[in-house]
Amino acid sequence: MNHPVKVAVVGNPNCGKSALFNSLTGLRQKVANYPGATVERRSGSLLGMSTVELLDLPGTYSLTPRSPDEEITRATLMGELEAEDLPRAILCVVDATNLSQHLRFVLELKDLGFPMVLALNMTDLAVREKINIDRLKLEQILGIPVVETVAVRKKGLDEIREKLLEAVKLPKLDAKEPEDVRSRQNRARDIKNEVTLSEGIGHKATRVLDTVFLNMFVGPLILFGLLFLIFQAVFSWAEAPMDMIDGFFGSLQDMIAENMSDGLLASFLSDGLIAGVGSVIIFLPQILILFAFILVLESSGYMVRAAFLMDRIMSRVGLNGRAFIPLISSFACAIPGIMSARAIADPSDRLTTILIAPLMTCSARLPVYTLIIAAFIPNTTIFGGTIGLQGFVMFILYLAGILSALIIAFVLKRSLTKSTPPTFMMELPKYQVPNWRYVGIGLYERSRIFLRRAGTMIMGAMVILWVLSTFPAPPADATEPAIVYSMVGIIGGWLEPIFAPIGFNWEISIALLPGMAAREIAVAALGTVYSLQGSEDVVAGSLVSMLNGAWSLPTALSFLAWFIFAPQCLSTIAVVRRETNSRKWTAFMVAYLFGLAYLSSFLTYHIASAIL
Amino acid sequence: MADDIKTAVTIPLGQLPRGQKAIVAALLETDENLDTALRELGFAEGLDVSVLHESPFGRDPIAIGIGPMTVALRRKEANIVMVTPV
Repeated sequence: MNHPVKVAVVGNPNCGKSALFNSLTGLRQKVANYPGATVERRSGSLLGMSTVELLDLPGTYSLTPRSPDEEITRATLMGELEAEDLPRAILCVVDATNLSQHLRFVLELKDLGFPMVLALNMTDLAVREKINIDRLKLEQILGIPVVETVAVRKKGLDEIREKLLEAVKLPKLDAKEPEDVRSRQNRARDIKNEVTLSEGIGHKATRVLDTVFLNMFVGPLILFGLLFLIFQAVFSWAEAPMDMIDGFFGSLQDMIAENMSDGLLASFLSDGLIAGVGSVIIFLPQILILFAFILVLESSGYMVRAAFLMDRIMSRVGLNGRAFIPLISSFACAIPGIMSARAIADPSDRLTTILIAPLMTCSARLPVYTLIIAAFIPNTTIFGGTIGLQGFVMFILYLAGILSALIIAFVLKRSLTKSTPPTFMMELPKYQVPNWRYVGIGLYERSRIFLRRAGTMIMGAMVILWVLSTFPAPPADATEPAIVYSMVGIIGGWLEPIFAPIGFNWEISIALLPGMAAREIAVAALGTVYSLQGSEDVVAGSLVSMLNGAWSLPTALSFLAWFIFAPQCLSTIAVVRRETNSRKWTAFMVAYLFGLAYLSSFLTYHIASAIL
Repeated sequence: MADDIKTAVTIPLGQLPRGQKAIVAALLETDENLDTALRELGFAEGLDVSVLHESPFGRDPIAIGIGPMTVALRRKEANIVMVTPV
């Protein structure tokens, strides 16, 4: 048989399973410092051996699953997943600084009868905490090989590999009758006492940092200050690189204008490709800054503290602090956010979290917000020059998303997704200096996805849009810009009556259609439509100045309000469909978001028109 | 002093004042098997516990130190754990 044999990587949450998995396979699985960072099973072959395949499983405290991600781990080990053959062996990962707790799970796993290898991970931390463990004695008591590892520094890997190759050759024993938690706890503690040569002093830094971050007064101030800092940074730090990218695409267009005669090809390159794709790529710096912050929050262990601080507020709307982590992750992108809701135990809590996650302003909405804000909100400072007005408006938009998410959760939890009051139980892991390598990989992956999307999907959409905006050609006696007579102008004309009550002109209406595929395409579409429409001197300017001339302020504000709720991109809808496994709930989400978007834009447009 | 220990009262963990050290005396059995869930999280008879932090909003949930771990719980669930202050 040529099938590789499978080895499951199992352990309590936060013991470094994914980091060890990455080191052993050379893959780049996401690593983060909060329980529930891994919600899927991933597999990869052991470096240099195609015969052994490692399965990275979600962390769990026991084989009694309490959430959908933990169920995956149980089902895999019990051989309940149809398509998958049972793993041949288990690589169990334990945190050397919390041995008795983790040994309890080792004992439970051992009763399953699989050949096992134990990775005593985080031994560097154990040394720093002055914990001394007799590895040989542990090996002897458990009857399985024990290897000291430091996953993030790739220590102990060769030995793990060697022991795993031996382990997969051993037969699986029959599973034993599981004993109860209590006696297992006692056995774990006895073993720990026997093998521990010196007790630790605890992780001092964690205790100290927690007295600050979880302080009754300072804690919430730091949390909200941090969130505010992120939005300010996204705006101000990205300014210089964005100007550079803008300048680059501007000079490309100039080059085409100088070197090519006016004609279809020049228009296609300049208006279709460069104006469309360029208007999206310009937002890469902002998206990277946002992702960098979220990756650092996740890998440092702060995210869990934020969940702790927010639990009370979340409980007011019927959720618990756990839900805060998927929601914060959704600021980057709703898709991983919705996936990470698998770590939420209560099914109705999980469903509610999934339904509101798209209201968290994802990074794809940044281009839309940034563009409109840059065009219509003056670049001045408020509150005595300390805070930029543009960043402040951005903050308000994010806040509007958060508040409406909470209100909708509140309504849902009292009507459609009612359940018993949820519990909140969560380990607060030790703080860690963010692993910069993983932050770097995360940012690299994000840039790759973003640029690939700009190069394929967005470019494709722009080509289609350009064709539709150019043909049919205008009649000879045309008085309006050519685009008005094109397909796009015609379709825009159909859509206009639908969107006129909320202040959208036909150009916006047409941009919303490709915007369904990915929100940033709406910006690209505006770039193309306005670029084709404008006179020569306007084309030379950026989209910002074009919009400033073309839209009224109420229209701009209405457009912003639309995108707070905006119907989701197609990939989000697909993920919601998969994760809820319900067409009904998916349709419900799309419908309520669409309804809210229309309603809020309608109100914004009419109130703004009345006031201004 | 010896008498104090013998007659030591046990109180629910949710009522333990912040900073006061205590030892886990028992975990009450519940319908939803929450006691098992708490054991899996790391609670066990005889372990040292203390309330390290309280939520700024309504002092609930609380962060509890058990050995080298910190675990966040709402008071309602914490009350399943009976402790003896020391």
